[in-house]
Amino acid sequence: MTDTAIHAHGLTKRFGQLVAVNAVNLDVPRACVYGFLGPNGSGKSTTIRMLCGLLTPSEGEIDVLGLRIPQQAEQLKRRIGYMTQKFSLFDDLSVRQNLEFLATVQGLPRQQGKARVDDLLRRYRLDDRTEQLAGTLSGGQKQRLALAGAIVHKPELLLLDEPTSAVDPESRRDFWEKLFELADDGTTILVSTHYMDEAERCHRLAILDNGNLVADGTPKELTAKLQGRTFLIRADAPRKVKEALEDQPDVLSVAQIGNELRVLLRHSDEHVDAFKQRLQRIGLPFDVESVTPSLEDVFVAATRRHEEQAA
Amino acid sequence: MNLRRLWAIMLKELRQLRRDRITLAMIMGIPILQLILFGYAINLNLRHLPAAVADQAQTAGSRAAIQDLLASGVIELHATAQSPQQLVDLLREGRITVGIAVPPDFERRKLDGREAIQVMVDGSDNVVQAAAGQLAQYPLNQPDNFHARVETPISVVSFYNPERRSPVNIVPGLVGVILTMTMVLFTAVAIVRESERGNMELLITTPVSRTELMIGKVLPYAVIGLLQTSIVLLLGVWLFRVPIRGSLWDVYLAASLLILANLSLGLLISTRAKSQFQAMQMTFFVFLPSILLSGFMFPYAGMPPPAQWIAELLPLTHFMRLIRGIMLRGAALGDLWPDSLALAVFIAVMLTLAIRLFHKRLD
Repeated sequence: MTDTAIHAHGLTKRFGQLVAVNAVNLDVPRACVYGFLGPNGSGKSTTIRMLCGLLTPSEGEIDVLGLRIPQQAEQLKRRIGYMTQKFSLFDDLSVRQNLEFLATVQGLPRQQGKARVDDLLRRYRLDDRTEQLAGTLSGGQKQRLALAGAIVHKPELLLLDEPTSAVDPESRRDFWEKLFELADDGTTILVSTHYMDEAERCHRLAILDNGNLVADGTPKELTAKLQGRTFLIRADAPRKVKEALEDQPDVLSVAQIGNELRVLLRHSDEHVDAFKQRLQRIGLPFDVESVTPSLEDVFVAATRRHEEQAA
Repeated sequence: MNLRRLWAIMLKELRQLRRDRITLAMIMGIPILQLILFGYAINLNLRHLPAAVADQAQTAGSRAAIQDLLASGVIELHATAQSPQQLVDLLREGRITVGIAVPPDFERRKLDGREAIQVMVDGSDNVVQAAAGQLAQYPLNQPDNFHARVETPISVVSFYNPERRSPVNIVPGLVGVILTMTMVLFTAVAIVRESERGNMELLITTPVSRTELMIGKVLPYAVIGLLQTSIVLLLGVWLFRVPIRGSLWDVYLAASLLILANLSLGLLISTRAKSQFQAMQMTFFVFLPSILLSGFMFPYAGMPPPAQWIAELLPLTHFMRLIRGIMLRGAALGDLWPDSLALAVFIAVMLTLAIRLFHKRLD
């Protein structure tokens, strides 16, 4: 038994002419919450589907929990839980019927299955809705039910494809609490998201862009690389300053946040004052301060760099 | 194959079915509706055809002959005419479908042994034409008639349906038609719907095997098929006094063969169809030839060989022979083994193909 839950090398998936996933290398340690960050269409779902054996890779090797995928996918299915992006439990079955069905299908003995379902209903606060049809639940409730369904057989590895895309912020926070509980119990969790705040919570994460893995590491490692490249600018006429800044060759991106501008430089400047001096040549009044890089900056830096390399 | 998992899938399917009102209505409604339609409304043994008579002879003999024709019950007097030309007009206007012209020299012609009465028929409907043809067989019987026609030298005796009632022929076949229509559609749609709703992606990431999934989804519908068979049989016996001369056991065994054949065909369709609508289109592709070529509506023997080859490939053709044999002629399933065997082979081939073509993959 190694410490790696997922190892993929050169993972590629082509749909006709389109390259959905391009030569991705991945190492996911056990008992960690590993995030896949990327915009829609970046290849997150396709990668997850290849990892659980639902799609056959065009190229590359996959090893999940010591099994070769897709060849040993059937053996893997007993040991993983998978939560699809779209709610995929049965709308026309009750909450309890859905969970009992999954418990039986996952091979839990009758008594044990019943106890497990009762336990999950309680822990996921669905015990007052056991007889309600799943299709009539709210977004947050559906999501809790789907998670309960995915872990009914206590899988070693949980794959979640944008689990929080359809729920309110409170449900999202609540959901992440549950994920950390599971990780504490030793479950490895691979979760895809396009929310920065969720990515920040992960132990480790990989950033995907157009099918390419453009950065990976812990959130700290990733932000540390951008130290000295991020600034906050306060100005009376932020839009004008923004236009002026965008013409500067070493400015990678400028984003307006209220009356402030968040600037990401292409290279780290030796000193904040040097940056200020250069900016003063523009001739507009503003105030500059250095700020800690965020994951959003990491994301922008990684995807832009990749675009430029491609061009 | 794990029996508990199989049972879980069947139970799930039955629970979902219980909440699916339209499908439930189809299960009960289609057999009842079709039975009543075919039993009462559609009657190939025509009576009371609207007719008109132009009697230009006006003799006691001509009036008696016309009375004889009317008494047959095949035609019913709806109008009178003075000349054959008026009859032709009435026919064209669609007010009558049969016209009877008696020429002025009726008595003479009869004595000479020439045609004495002309029956004009609206030939645009084959069935009407055949029915009116019966009129020509009618003897102009008069005791003193020297030239009276000798009785037909060949006599036809109808075995198994002496009263020539349509329901007796139609009800056993209807069991097959209803099962073909509903069973193929139900299974095809049941699986495609799961793919459309995204349930399939969840199911195929569980340890459920392809065989468990396929059989678990099909068996509940087999029970429903037997239920439908019972409805048609009960109503057929009760409303139309359709005989069941063979053993009831054989009837259900034959029905089970057809049900399984149609369910495996439905499964095969489900592996190819991308949407519920496509599944329905493909079902009709099978359903129409089944109705037309199986012998349900038109006799198999009368079809050209290519149509017969296609008919042999359709499960309904074989079932039609089985069920008519068992219910009407009192045959045993064993007597009809070639058709039973054909159905069994069909099931084996379709089921194998369906399971092979169904992948626990998305690509």
